[in-house]
Amino acid sequence: MRIVDALLRLLIFPGLVYALPAAWLMVWVERKLTARLQRRLGPPFFQPFFDFVKLLAKRPVARPPLQALVMTALPVLAVAAVLGVLALLPVFAGGGFSGDLVLLASLLEVPPLCAVLGGFASRSLYGELGATREAVLSVSYSLPFLGAIVALAAAAHTLDLATLMSRPLWAVRAPALVALALCLPVKLGVNPFSVTNAEQEIYAGPTTEFEGPRLALWELAHGLEWIALTGLWATLAFPVVRFAWPLRIVVFIAISFAAAVVITAVAAATARLKPVQAARVYWQWGMLVAVVALVLAMTLY
Amino acid sequence: MNLVDSLIRTARRRSPWLFHLNAGSCNGCDIELVACLGPRFDVEQLGIRLEGSPRHADIVVVSGPVTRTTRPAVETVYAQVPDPKVVVALGSCPASCNVFAGSPTIEGPLDRIIPVDVYVPGCPPRPDAIIAGIAQAIDILANGRKPGEWASETPTDSDGSAAEPAAGRPQPPGAGTPRSEGRDGGTP
Repeated sequence: MRIVDALLRLLIFPGLVYALPAAWLMVWVERKLTARLQRRLGPPFFQPFFDFVKLLAKRPVARPPLQALVMTALPVLAVAAVLGVLALLPVFAGGGFSGDLVLLASLLEVPPLCAVLGGFASRSLYGELGATREAVLSVSYSLPFLGAIVALAAAAHTLDLATLMSRPLWAVRAPALVALALCLPVKLGVNPFSVTNAEQEIYAGPTTEFEGPRLALWELAHGLEWIALTGLWATLAFPVVRFAWPLRIVVFIAISFAAAVVITAVAAATARLKPVQAARVYWQWGMLVAVVALVLAMTLY
Repeated sequence: MNLVDSLIRTARRRSPWLFHLNAGSCNGCDIELVACLGPRFDVEQLGIRLEGSPRHADIVVVSGPVTRTTRPAVETVYAQVPDPKVVVALGSCPASCNVFAGSPTIEGPLDRIIPVDVYVPGCPPRPDAIIAGIAQAIDILANGRKPGEWASETPTDSDGSAAEPAAGRPQPPGAGTPRSEGRDGGTP
């Protein structure tokens, strides 16, 4: 029963069957909204799907066998890790286990790690530059991100996501949500924190040397990350476990997309920061909010 | 299989990604190309994206008369683009070397170095002319230069197509034989 339940979560909802079309839809919403805010018309509705199919149909470039293996395995690992995060999201009650918060936090760190390794494995100067930036940034945003999650867990005295969601604890949850919201744009690589991929500035960052099907996998991982991170924020902001089951899914999807719209609007209105400025935002302001959440968690609960 | 082929053809037609290569251009054509991305022309409606890396590209847009210093970069970048790929010569310079013809530092026109599919004349060409040229390139990308050229069942090795000039490419008067030994180096 548990295995069937876990497979349903991984493959149906909020896993693959939901997340794949939703990822394409969210990428389209992001591109379309950016275009409309710049007074353009923007891409057609099926654009992300056609991009994916076209990339899959490109012929791979001949590479040394080991490099080809590594450069294929890393994006596959990133996609698998994000699917794992999606399966752990507490949209339904009773599916979690003690300690799944730790698993979720560590799975969320896998795609950035894969991007760093992929950038270095491609042996391109620009890939390595992007990978270095990704490494620096992930060190800076991981502190407030993990700090907020630790604060939530410490306040609720549990590492079980479903139990954590069911307790209000708004004095800690509010600052933790702010810290997590600060980390979303940098994890998604959008402005003002698009330091890692930095379109045109350092070619395409870590994915510079990735072509065709391998790039399609990176794009897929990126789209799924949009769904996973906005979904995580949505389940933390509005614990949907309390609602009845059809309403629960509607609320979950609605808040995910509302978060994506806000992130996109901020991205369209801002310019790219320097790496040192972006790191400073997280070391100073992100850490400040996370420490407030931690102190409140230690003193109040 | 037929369904997969038609899906792939549609996807290629609706998602062409450009890589812009400046081979000694005066920046006039470059500005006109960037104008295509702005609110007035907005080529993102056609699914077109200007990509930072040649590895991501389907269409290589080359501007400039190919100077002696940029020639190795042109060859490298062309070899780095995965198949299927199409080359658009943007402006008069890559087509004929324009006012720079006969200069000892110019190695163009472009079709002596890599095979060219579409010429967009003009100094600089207007954005609508550029979009018309890219539309021709998109047609080649979807249907091939001859029937079945990009057929998905027969994968070739990656550097095979760089050497052979395909039939049906436009040959401007006075064009030399394409010399294109594909070099697949690192990043440009």
